[in-house]
Amino acid sequence: MIINHPLLGPRDSSEFYHMGDAVLMDRPDPEAENAAEQFHDYAYLRDNPAGEYRELWYHEQGDRSWLVVTRDTLTHEISSVELAREVARAQGRSK
Amino acid sequence: MRFSAFKIFKEGLTGNKGWTPHWREPEPKPSYDVIVVGGGGHGLATAYYLAKEFGVTNVAVLEKGWLGSGNIGRNTTIIRSNYMLPENNPFYEMAMKLWENLEQDTNYNSMFSQRGILNLCHSDPQRDAMARRGNAMILSGADAELLNREQVRELCPFLSFDNERFPITGGLLQRRGGTARHDAVAWGYARGADMRGVDIIQNCEVTGFHIENGVCTGVDTTKGPIKANKVGVCVAGSSSRVMAKAGLRLPIESHVLQAFVSEGLKPTIPGVVTFGAGHLYISQSDKGGLVFGGDIDKYNTYAQRGNLPVIEHIAEDMRAMIPALGRVRLLRGWGGVMDMSMDGTPFIDKTHIGGLYFNGGWCYGGFKATPSSGWCYAHLLAKDESHELAKGFRLDRFIGGNMVDEKGQGPQPNLH
Ligand SMILES: Cc1cc2nc3c(=O)[nH]c(=O)nc-3n(C[C@H](O)[C@H](O)[C@H](O)COP(=O)(O)OP(=O)(O)OC[C@H]3O[C@@H](n4cnc5c(N)ncnc54)[C@H](O)[C@@H]3O)c2cc1C
Repeated sequence: MIINHPLLGPRDSSEFYHMGDAVLMDRPDPEAENAAEQFHDYAYLRDNPAGEYRELWYHEQGDRSWLVVTRDTLTHEISSVELAREVARAQGRSK
Repeated sequence: MRFSAFKIFKEGLTGNKGWTPHWREPEPKPSYDVIVVGGGGHGLATAYYLAKEFGVTNVAVLEKGWLGSGNIGRNTTIIRSNYMLPENNPFYEMAMKLWENLEQDTNYNSMFSQRGILNLCHSDPQRDAMARRGNAMILSGADAELLNREQVRELCPFLSFDNERFPITGGLLQRRGGTARHDAVAWGYARGADMRGVDIIQNCEVTGFHIENGVCTGVDTTKGPIKANKVGVCVAGSSSRVMAKAGLRLPIESHVLQAFVSEGLKPTIPGVVTFGAGHLYISQSDKGGLVFGGDIDKYNTYAQRGNLPVIEHIAEDMRAMIPALGRVRLLRGWGGVMDMSMDGTPFIDKTHIGGLYFNGGWCYGGFKATPSSGWCYAHLLAKDESHELAKGFRLDRFIGGNMVDEKGQGPQPNLH
């Protein structure tokens, strides 16, 4: 698989470490009433879809940026690659 | 029809005209006591033990493809009971004892061969860890022997003992471990279940569950709706997809594992050997092909094919472990979709929906568990309570912090 890095262009997927579902960026609020339950779901439960999947890849052997990759888990076709930083900023997180 | 030496002899003399199909091809009945979803090794073993050990014979196994189309027909067939945690190894040792009698029990030649499994170690700490594992195995009733370098050399003189980076310092041997013919395991269980009245229905995909007031009363299938008192799902790599139809989110991710076979060679490798400084396991089939595999591809996927970096890694490990195999040609490779759980340990449990049960999360190691998984799942379906040896495999174990994390990796399925 080739991941088209937004800054570095096409790179072999073996340069990356695969972390998992991009929902891992949305850590629950530890102060919430049901924080324990939310953290259980966050850490342990997954949608694990067959089809379009948004996932986190870490460019370990490269510029060490985190990417949000949208990939089809049935065909391995990648439809978009974003910097995780940009995704978080668009949500109003981190300045 | 019973298989025996006499039968083979007689058929040989009379033109092999007396063999009959091993199971029927029934149409589904409107309702069953138990429906098992998924006709892989575990589903078929479940149906077999339900009928044989628990007297429940009004059972259907619904399989979306053909028997053996899933991981039961794709694995590298390694059988071992060399786990360490008390929730795990007694369960795998139960499987080992069932394997040892399986052919007699099912009257089917599954070519179970206890040729031994040898895990190599390459450093002193690794050897210490193996001593600890071996002791844990012995405590749970399994066999284990810690070998020094010379003892390893006697068994496998062809290994690269003086590799500069990964010299071999010893190994852990389980003599009762080995391999079996995976398809024959599925066929033997299917035939045994069918003989006892179980309907095995192929090309019948479950597309939904009937859930009324929190109770599951049947399933929708590509062959129409079927009622059941109990539904036991057992679909390995498809677990999340199927259980989502009942509204469940599982602690599972699907990943691909590849396997490979080389051209046929003369007898080279006596048992199963695993490399301790990378991820490679290798054995030799009775036909002569080397059967080997390594790690999962490490990204979620439902495609039954993997990518080249893993193949490259496995080839490198193979050269490092057995340099003599450098010129062996690869014949074929394939992939299967693994149900990787969050702690690397499976589930055999009820769900919060009445009458709906779940068996899955077998990761890359469910073949060896086929007999005890089937037995314990049948126990759960028949008696509504967990078998003593499957009590740790609860679906809600993460809530209470009762994970069974053999490797201590945490909730990162691609590391288990
Ligand atoms: C390459 C590879 C190597 C492996 N090596 C080993 C090894 O050496 N040792 C070991 O112990 N384990 C090994 N495993 C793991 C082992 O094969 C699996 O854990 C085990 O086979 C899973 O259980 P099963 O046999 O029931 O799965 P499967 O055979 O996959 O059965 C599940 C069945 O469910 C069916 N299904 C799915 N969805 C539906 C639906 N909606 N309706 C009806 N049916 C459905 C599928 O078609 C499939 O037939 C390996 C796996 C792979 C892929």
